[in-house]
Amino acid sequence: MNQKKSFALAAFAAMMMSSAAWAGTELTVYTAIEAEDLKRYADSFSQDHPDIKLNFIRDSTGVITAKLLAEKDNPQADVIWGLAATSLLVLKSEGMLEAYAPKGVEQLKPNFIDKDTPPSWVGMDAWAASICFNTVEGQKLGLPAPKSWKDLTKPEYKGHVVMPNPASSGTGYLDVSSWLQLFGEKDGWTYMDGLHQNVAAYTHSGSKPCKMAAAGETVIGISFEFRAAKSKAEGAPIDIIIPEEGIGWDMEASAIVAGTAKEDAAKTLIDWSVSKKANEMYNVGYAVVAFPGVAKPVPHLPTDIEARMIKNDFEWAANHRSAILEEWTKRYDSKSEPKS
Amino acid sequence: MAMAIDTALPPGRKLKLSLDRDELIKRALMVVIALYLVVALAAPLYVMLSKSFSTYSFDLARFEFQVSDKAGNWGEPVSAVALNDRLGVVSAEKLATNSDGRLQATVFFPDFSFRSPVKYRIRGTSADASYLVGLQLHSGTEWQEFSSNEFRRVMLRPARAIGFENYTTYFSTPTLFRSIGNSVFIAFISTIATVGLAFGFAYALNRSCMRFKDGFKLVAMVPILVPSLLPGIALIYLFGNQGLLKELLMGVPIYGPLGIVVGSVFFAFPHAMMIISTALAISDQRHYEAAASLRASSWRTFWTVTIPGARYGLISAAFVVFTLVITDFGLPKVIGGQFNVLAVDIYKQVIGQQNFEMGAVVSVILLVPAIAAFVVDRMVQKKQVALLSARSVAYQPKPDRRFDALCLAWCSLIAVFILGIMVTSQFAALVKLWPYDLSLSLKHYAFDRMDGGGWASYYNSIRLAGITAIVGTIIVFVGAYMVEKTEGFRAGRSAFQFLAMLPMAVPGMVLGLSYIFFFNDPGNPLHALYGTMTILVICTITHFYTVGHLTALTALKQIDQEFEPVAASLKQPFYKLFARVTVPVCLPAILDISIYLFVNAMTTVSAVVFLYSKDTALASVAVLNMDDAGDVAPAAAMAMMIFYTNAGARLIHLLLSKGIIARTQAWRMR
Repeated sequence: MNQKKSFALAAFAAMMMSSAAWAGTELTVYTAIEAEDLKRYADSFSQDHPDIKLNFIRDSTGVITAKLLAEKDNPQADVIWGLAATSLLVLKSEGMLEAYAPKGVEQLKPNFIDKDTPPSWVGMDAWAASICFNTVEGQKLGLPAPKSWKDLTKPEYKGHVVMPNPASSGTGYLDVSSWLQLFGEKDGWTYMDGLHQNVAAYTHSGSKPCKMAAAGETVIGISFEFRAAKSKAEGAPIDIIIPEEGIGWDMEASAIVAGTAKEDAAKTLIDWSVSKKANEMYNVGYAVVAFPGVAKPVPHLPTDIEARMIKNDFEWAANHRSAILEEWTKRYDSKSEPKS
Repeated sequence: MAMAIDTALPPGRKLKLSLDRDELIKRALMVVIALYLVVALAAPLYVMLSKSFSTYSFDLARFEFQVSDKAGNWGEPVSAVALNDRLGVVSAEKLATNSDGRLQATVFFPDFSFRSPVKYRIRGTSADASYLVGLQLHSGTEWQEFSSNEFRRVMLRPARAIGFENYTTYFSTPTLFRSIGNSVFIAFISTIATVGLAFGFAYALNRSCMRFKDGFKLVAMVPILVPSLLPGIALIYLFGNQGLLKELLMGVPIYGPLGIVVGSVFFAFPHAMMIISTALAISDQRHYEAAASLRASSWRTFWTVTIPGARYGLISAAFVVFTLVITDFGLPKVIGGQFNVLAVDIYKQVIGQQNFEMGAVVSVILLVPAIAAFVVDRMVQKKQVALLSARSVAYQPKPDRRFDALCLAWCSLIAVFILGIMVTSQFAALVKLWPYDLSLSLKHYAFDRMDGGGWASYYNSIRLAGITAIVGTIIVFVGAYMVEKTEGFRAGRSAFQFLAMLPMAVPGMVLGLSYIFFFNDPGNPLHALYGTMTILVICTITHFYTVGHLTALTALKQIDQEFEPVAASLKQPFYKLFARVTVPVCLPAILDISIYLFVNAMTTVSAVVFLYSKDTALASVAVLNMDDAGDVAPAAAMAMMIFYTNAGARLIHLLLSKGIIARTQAWRMR
């Protein structure tokens, strides 16, 4: 009797413990998703999976990437949800990502998935380069709206173009790498030499050029379409221009951090993050998402963004990043020198 | 004399001060605080210095290749270094790279074609030699085989070593080393402008009978209460492309050196003004009487009496301003445009490019002018003491209508400049959509809708400032007490003194970066502090340690050394004396230290920008990040929140000081 009772107690205790362990699963998630979107995403996930608690560390792409790299030998994150694919490529080349094919990954558009099998990361949504053109200031100065990247090198735009510094901004690097892919290495640099003549400033962040255009601080801001739509919605007098030659793009993507102790929960999150429901959720702000057929038009954004995106070779862009940035810095990174 | 006695007498028993319990406790406390300074300052700086020597380069001896002919027969293994010696495809300088460097393996095979049936093998000669296939990391000494098509995806990765290469790279990259000239140039111009303006202001306050002196004093102190980002933001609204007063600049862009100099004058002004004002206040009336009786013109008196009398103050002010400007990060970040300066370079290298090693190199370079200015300033300050004599007569200004009017005009001009910046900033924060919709709204105060940390960052800042003020004041004051009131132990005391003075010379960016290296090392037992509020508190206390320490020392030196022996002879332990006499007597100084720490903890950006985490975002960093993302109006709104908070804290401090002085300082009144 005694023995039986203690056995039952032990079984009960074991059951309690295992259920407690499951109920208490907490994941540390590193993310660069915009603050206002993140809350929506997190709420939606916890409705479906109340048993997994997500603790977010959120910051800009550059800071999160630096943080992950700094923690390379002792990773603090379990999952990365919503970081630029180009950053994930850096982490992959450091051996920091756990390869895993999420359930349903085969339904996604192939260019949103890491080429290796099983993939180390999967894309969520894409953002693409675009030009913000301030119509009020343009009219004041008698400047026509540019139609293509090549237009930006015309002498009349001198001092009226602002673009992100590719060394600090992911958006800036995606512009530079897309020009090199579009125009070829030699013509790409020639193009940038010409553009440099017109650039008033290279900003630290990728959204700032568009906000500067929105405030009339510059006429033309090279930025990305997602930011542009937000500024336009706030009432700024800007046009969103998708250059004719095609546009560079990057995606927000997710991955499991190698060596996480909570692999099951991490897989649950990644599985959920590629689902149709999640993709519909991404579509609120992003015009292009990984799941085919779910995207509805986003207010203020052109509908042909996906068609205009270039065939981006992410591996090439990642493997040549260091060399390209070195060259870029050598050529352009001291726009103005002391006047005296 | 002493020598003669020494030789005359036989060597006796070596005299040693016998230590009582009090003395032991005091020394122990001093050692504890010294240890704190070592952990929070010296050790991180050392780690950063060593990081700047950690280099990355492609070590070709670590890789071996094997190539087959078209039929698939393998040739002899050959090392990459041998191939490079033969072909010379990669120059020595190309071998030096950063931690993200990659070298395509096909460069060693000039007749490589990805369509060829030739196969390739690669292996490392040591276990840690690593290379990428595509983006997949491989390492080790096993041979790996690739078709030509796959082999073009093979990239060699660099190995870590110790050496001077980072410095060589730095000085051979014009875009990097040009920043040294830029930084010195900016600091130099700002110093001349600030000291000139501040001298005039201080002169008017001390040597004229103009009206509104108290009001001017108050206005001059305003810039201390705001982060250095604020003048940058306000200047953009005033002189940017959509600026209110853009025409005044006649086409010269505010972005760049001009903006940095004007903004620097704004935030460095109060520091220079205070130092010069103190120097002018102690001048001796008798010198002027002598000059007058010798019939010297007022012009001549100015150059032969006033300026020499204030020279130490002027020199000291110049060095303080120089250090402030050259180490400032917020202002050039906001308004510098493409004009690179050292402090911003550190940020760019670390946050933008994740090139920590180069960030460390720039930090070491920024330390040089900062330390040089600091050393010269200390030397000058030592001489200053000798100037005051007991027989000095305080200078009494006489009314002079023309001169007073001139002074009033000068001070008004500066006051308008300072207040103009503040008003612009507040106005910008309230305008809906500059410059297209000038209606007022509070929407820019909805910080939670912006990147940067939201309102939580504001409350975090108050928490940080509060904790820093309380804990910091205790540490600083106890440390100063132990140094000042301990007998003997000279070596320990001067070591402590050195540690306490060191923070003054260390720029915030450098301190912050060195904290990353030191505390983010998983091998460090203090690693758990990383990303917490505690590390922000430690960093801020350390960053602003020196001024508090000097304030405490000045106050403690006023207390007669006799108190300790008297207390000891009455068999009172030192802590009773400390609590009943020392602390009450020094209360005004203690309050000054705490308000100083509070205000600076609210406004500092440079050190904490590397250390905050999601849960410990700070208001000052939010200003930076919102401006960075282009949300300039919310950035201005947050900067003004910092100002109002600091102004409130100052007011409380003022009331508190008044009450306390009335209660504890009655003995000072005769």
